[in-house]
Amino acid sequence: MRLNSERPAGTGVILVTLVVAALLEVVPLSDTFNWVRPEWMLLVLLYWVLSLPHRIGVLWGFMVGLYQDVLVGTTLGQWALAYALGAYFMQAAYKRMRVFPLLQQSAVVFLLVGSAQLLAFLIQESVGRTFYPPYTILYSTAASAVIWRPLCGVLRWVQLRFLVR
Amino acid sequence: MSSANPTYRLLIALVLAVVLIALDQRSRWVDPLRYVLGYLTAPVQYLAHLPVDAANGVMRLTETRTRLMESRERLERQVLILEQKVQRLAVLQAENTRLRELLNSSANLDASVLVAEIIGVDPDPNRQELVINKGLRDEVSQGQAVLDSEGLIGQVVETGPLSARVLLITDASHAMSVQVNRNGVRAILAGTGQGSRLRLLYVPDTADIREGDLLVSTGLGKLYPRGYPVARVVSVNHQSGASFSDIEARPTAHLDRVSHVLLVQSMEPVSAPDMETDGGDAGAGPADEADTEDADATE
Repeated sequence: MRLNSERPAGTGVILVTLVVAALLEVVPLSDTFNWVRPEWMLLVLLYWVLSLPHRIGVLWGFMVGLYQDVLVGTTLGQWALAYALGAYFMQAAYKRMRVFPLLQQSAVVFLLVGSAQLLAFLIQESVGRTFYPPYTILYSTAASAVIWRPLCGVLRWVQLRFLVR
Repeated sequence: MSSANPTYRLLIALVLAVVLIALDQRSRWVDPLRYVLGYLTAPVQYLAHLPVDAANGVMRLTETRTRLMESRERLERQVLILEQKVQRLAVLQAENTRLRELLNSSANLDASVLVAEIIGVDPDPNRQELVINKGLRDEVSQGQAVLDSEGLIGQVVETGPLSARVLLITDASHAMSVQVNRNGVRAILAGTGQGSRLRLLYVPDTADIREGDLLVSTGLGKLYPRGYPVARVVSVNHQSGASFSDIEARPTAHLDRVSHVLLVQSMEPVSAPDMETDGGDAGAGPADEADTEDADATE
């Protein structure tokens, strides 16, 4: 990457990656795989916050979360809240995150995704739309942590290929 | 860009989100926002359904001649049986209308029907919801009943411009009024949150409900049209000491296998004997307006 003073570019590419994430979010899977569906939207959002912390932040988190709310039909604001918070924490920790070894990075992602999901779960619980106990969110959180590194590789390639900055 | 403190931004976002959640729960003020965003989410839903569509297309292309002949024969037989049933139905309907006229009550058996395709399933295991490919633009409205060929599936809970969400009867937050077809015993049928399992709530131990009983919608609550099959009782457990018996039922509709559903708009959901209604025109109107848009079926 070049100097930070360059004009930001590639918003379209970021949006495309988010749309692909949205697709993965709703693509029909069997019941078993449904449990371990990673939080694609949040992961892609976290990646962009990590690599472009001065451009992508809380506001993006909020908007993407709002989109997710309509996409999966939850209470409007549930995921917006969770994603805004996730983006905020990633923005606060991006410098350390960048130098972390692989396992530690995944651990941070686990915590971020887990807390965002827990928050969303609490809101969903308060409107009476949960059925399974809260620990069940751990499956998809763990899947998210596992998929983080390969996803980073793919998005990194996209970022360099299409000159997103 | 980054001059504003991110913490302030977060605070604003949090307050905004909490306000949104409260408004969405308590009022309908945020529905326009949801509607507008629906234009952006529906294409993704349609796209996610594309592989399934493509697979079906390939299946259709590679279907053998013998298979097609077989299915055609089967369908012809089915049509014959259905036609025979319809013949009887016309007589029964006329008789029913006459009897209802005698009782001064209105008959609302039929309603307008719209065919829709299921394009998505809720990814959240906590909720049993479907997404269909018809929305407000096709005049789908909230509260419409959704059926398949075998029975009731659920109701429309949210309408976007190009798609709508259907709450299944098996969702843990869903309950409806049903009656046993055999003897008219009424009960509340609630979802369990698990696919293809339903429970009858608060049924006294002495109620006459047996295994295999068909449960049909009563039309009470004015949400579902009356008289559609909903579920079949699979087990009745009388527990000594408990005041209610434990009754489990299974939906008659194939909730996990359907690809097309019918949306029914009941004209006047009131179907209990109604003394004010003039018996003369009862039943005649709604029955004529039953137009089935089964373009998919004739293709």
